Parts: sequence; C-alpha cells; structure tokens
Amino acid sequence: MAYEVILLTTMAIMVLFALSLNVITGFCGQVSLGHAAFYGIGAYVGAMLTKAGWPLLIALLPAAGIAGLIGFFVGLMSLRVRHDFLAITTMGIAFLFVGFVRKQEWLGGEIGISGIPAFGFGRIGLLVVALACAGLFAAVTVYLKRSWMGFGFDSIADDEDTARILGIDVPRFKLWAFVIGTAGAGVAGALYAHHVRYIGPDSFGFVESVTVLAMVIIGGIGSVWAVALAAAVLSVLPLWFQFIDDYKLLIYGLLVFAVMRFSPNGIAGALQSFRRRLR
Amino acid sequence: MLALDLLLQGIVQGAIYALIALGLTLIYGLLRILHVAHAALFTLGGYIGVIVTNETGSLPLALIVAMVSVGLLGIVIYRLAYKPLLDQSPLVALIASIGLFIAFEEVFRLVFGSYGLSFENPPLRTQVNLGGGLLISHSKLLVIGMAIVILSILAWLSTRTRTGIAWKATVTDSQIASSFGINIERVRYLNFFIGSALAAAAGVMVALLTNLVEPTMGAVASYKALAIIVLGGLGSVRGTLVASIAIGIVESFGTVYVGHILDRDALAFAFLVIALMIRPQGLFKAG
Repeated sequence: MAYEVILLTTMAIMVLFALSLNVITGFCGQVSLGHAAFYGIGAYVGAMLTKAGWPLLIALLPAAGIAGLIGFFVGLMSLRVRHDFLAITTMGIAFLFVGFVRKQEWLGGEIGISGIPAFGFGRIGLLVVALACAGLFAAVTVYLKRSWMGFGFDSIADDEDTARILGIDVPRFKLWAFVIGTAGAGVAGALYAHHVRYIGPDSFGFVESVTVLAMVIIGGIGSVWAVALAAAVLSVLPLWFQFIDDYKLLIYGLLVFAVMRFSPNGIAGALQSFRRRLR
Repeated sequence: MLALDLLLQGIVQGAIYALIALGLTLIYGLLRILHVAHAALFTLGGYIGVIVTNETGSLPLALIVAMVSVGLLGIVIYRLAYKPLLDQSPLVALIASIGLFIAFEEVFRLVFGSYGLSFENPPLRTQVNLGGGLLISHSKLLVIGMAIVILSILAWLSTRTRTGIAWKATVTDSQIASSFGINIERVRYLNFFIGSALAAAAGVMVALLTNLVEPTMGAVASYKALAIIVLGGLGSVRGTLVASIAIGIVESFGTVYVGHILDRDALAFAFLVIALMIRPQGLFKAG
C-alpha cells in the first residue's frame, strides 16, 4: 500500500511539473530547457519555510510566488531572445541556479537540505494534496486554453510576428505564460521536497529539465491530457523497469528516441492518426 | 604570472571547446537541429583513442582510427535518426537526439564499465618551459596545435575546393544549390562525417589531458557546446571560435576570482546570458 502511495504521489507531482511546462512550451511555443530551475526554486523555498516551522500548505504559496517572480524575469528575457537562442538562455538560467545553490552555505551547499519535515497529514495526505494541485492546475490550463489568453498563446506559438501585426499584445501574453508556468513548477517543487524529504543541487540539473521537456513533447505539444498521461507513465517507467535494472536507462533513452522517430507528434498525434484511420 | 597561466589554461580549454563545438556548428548550420548526441560521439572518440593507443602504442594511429570510425558513425546517425525527421519541428529532432545521447551513455557504461579507462603509458606528459617560468605540458601544446591545424584544413577545404564550395552553397540555400546540380545528400553526409570526426579528435585530446575517459565525460560537452554555438551566433564558424576561446578564458579566470559565488558551469552560463541580452543574435551573424 505504502509503495503504491509513493508511486502515485511521484506521478501526481510530475504531472503537475509537466503541465506547468506545457503552458510555456506547449501553449505559448517558448521552448525552455531549464524548467527544473523553477522546480528547484519551489523546492528550496518550501523546504526552508517548513524547516522554519511553516505548515506545508501555506509554504506552497511563497514557493509558487518566488518561482513565478523569477519566471517573470526569465519571461522578460524571452522578449529579447527567440527560438533556439531562448532555449539555450533558459538552459543557462538552470545552470546559474544550480551553480549558485552549490556555493551557498545557508542553502546547504553541495550537501543539500536533509531532514525536511514530513507533511502533517502523512503520506496519504501528501498524495491528496499533490493530486488536488495537479487536478486544479490541469483544470486551470484547460480553461486557459479555451479562453482569450489561450487564443493569444496559440497565435504566438504559431507565428509571433503575425500575431504582433494583428495587434496581439505579445509581451504581455509571453510574460503571463512564463509566470503561470513557473509558479506551477514552484508548487510541484515544494511538494517534491516534502515527498523525498531531501533536496540538493543535483536534484534539479539539466537531466531533470530535459526529462520534463521530453514528457511534454512525447505527450504531444499543447494537449493537456496527453501531456498528463505521458508524464504519469514516464515518471514511473524507470521504476517498472527495475527488473532489468542495468538496462533501464538504456531502454528509457531508446524509447524516447523511438517515440520521436516513429511518432513525431507524440501520443496525441499517434492517437489522432489512429482515429482517422478507423473512419 | 598567475594571469598568464590562467590565460594559457583558458586557451587550452577554449581549443577543446572549439573542436567540439565546431562540428555542432557545421551540423546546425546545415540542418538547423541541435545535435545533443554529438557529445556521445565525443566520448566514443575518447574511448577509441585510449583503447587503440593501449593496444598498439601509437597515438597518431589511435587518433586516425577514432576520427574515421566516429565520422562513419556520425553518417549512420544522420541517415537513421535525423534524415526522417528533417521536415518535423526542430524540437522533435532535439528530443530524439537527447534520447539517443542517454542511450549511448548507457551503452558506453555497459560495454566499457562505469569506472573509466586510462592510458597505460600516458603520452606527452613532459613539461616545456615557455620562458619566464611559464610551464606547459606537451599534451596541451598538442591540443592547441591540433586545433590550429584542423581549423586551417577546414578553412582551406571550404574556400579552395569544389566540395567546400558546394558545402557553403548548400548551407546558404540548399534548394538553389541543388538546382545547380549539387548533390545535397552527399554534402550532408560529408558534413556529418567531418563534424563527428572533429568531436572524436576532441575526445582523444581530452583523454590526453585528463588521462581518463568515462561514460559521463560527454555531459559537459553536450550542454556547453550548445551554449558556445549559440553565443557564436548559431551556424557561424568564426563566431564559434571566438565564443569557445572566450568561454574558456572566462572560466579559467572566473573560477579563481569569483569561484566562491558561482561554480565553473554557472560562470560560463552567466557570461552567455549577459552576452545574449546585449546581442540577442549572438556575437556574429550566422553565415
């Protein structure tokens, strides 16, 4: 039972994390190779606050707020650099975050923060909170997608210059996408910190950024339910492959490659073409 | 004296970055894909270099074997992995490439073991005095020399030979190039061969400097080379060179003077982010 609860909590947190990137990359078309930095910011803020005696549920707010605030500044950068340049700039931000944390004594430095207090309502309680956050965020993004803002995002993802000519306030929409996306990642990070109860600079590196981007793209860019599904499956895949222990990362890498090679539009795209063939 | 030492250290590091990033620039310039798996070819080059040197005792032979075999593997990767994805969004190729990179790293770990390999008799360990107490090892001299020789050959190839001109034409506009009778597919194969061979050469050089090759040595190459080609203006060969040396020097000075605030990678990326905020299109325009 305990094992299933841990597995489900991992899934819920990763779904939230992937959905938050989906707002930036999927909806608004701004590729981020450094999303793990915001996950990390949320995790550090959450962990520091609960260690100082705050309850987790309240600590989630500043975790989202500070991640969103820094996301706002990165959003400002996205107004200056575009496409591949932006992807690499965000990657740079992630390395700056990790490099900074590594050298800060008060953030635990290389060793990281251990002994993060357990959630007051136990493991099941944390699972409920994680599921609620993921569900709420999914609902918000589904609503966003249908709203005027979603339309703005769509137009920017499609063709930024044309959107600007049509009078769409490109900077405002881009900044919103970054703030919403990074705040979501902050919440996911704070939950993660209390799920594993140890965080360090290595928990939020390049690999984590790439993994979450892979989830969004394998799901199928922009589609909320497909990204959630991909995140849920991919987050526990290495655990299912436990029985082929030594080969699990090899299989994971090949699988990521194979999905892109044979179904470039991800799960959503594959299902769509399958449905079309049935007709 | 410390400043000169650091400068030299930065140039050696920059020369290695240049060898890795140049292949990536060539590939980006032609196909517009961020080829992360390039770093796996760099690692493989290092392994082949160490193994062949240990078996035969000849470093030059090892270098040639590494460059040719890795170059051929680069062609295979292009044919099987990238060619079918060329008309998709570049993100698809990027993620596919990352998947390949993870798989390659695992293959290296499974085949060569996770502890890495070293030279049995590390070549070129002796030091040379450059005057004024400035010491440099033969291996570092070789790295700088290699970078200069390879870059000269490339410059000669691209400006003085028919193949090179076809290559430049394809980079500029592949459709028009093909209507002038240039075989685009051949140019792409050549491009992947040369780019991958350069990565292999860089792998052998790093193996020489550190006397260690391990499955994860490509990690640094994977992200820092991306940063360098972006800083250089994505696709600009001259920009890549300047950016490589600049990042090498920033790192060697930075770790000494501001190393207590940021680590080595963060310094390089702080430089990158600031440079891109000032010049969003990179140091040099692509072309």
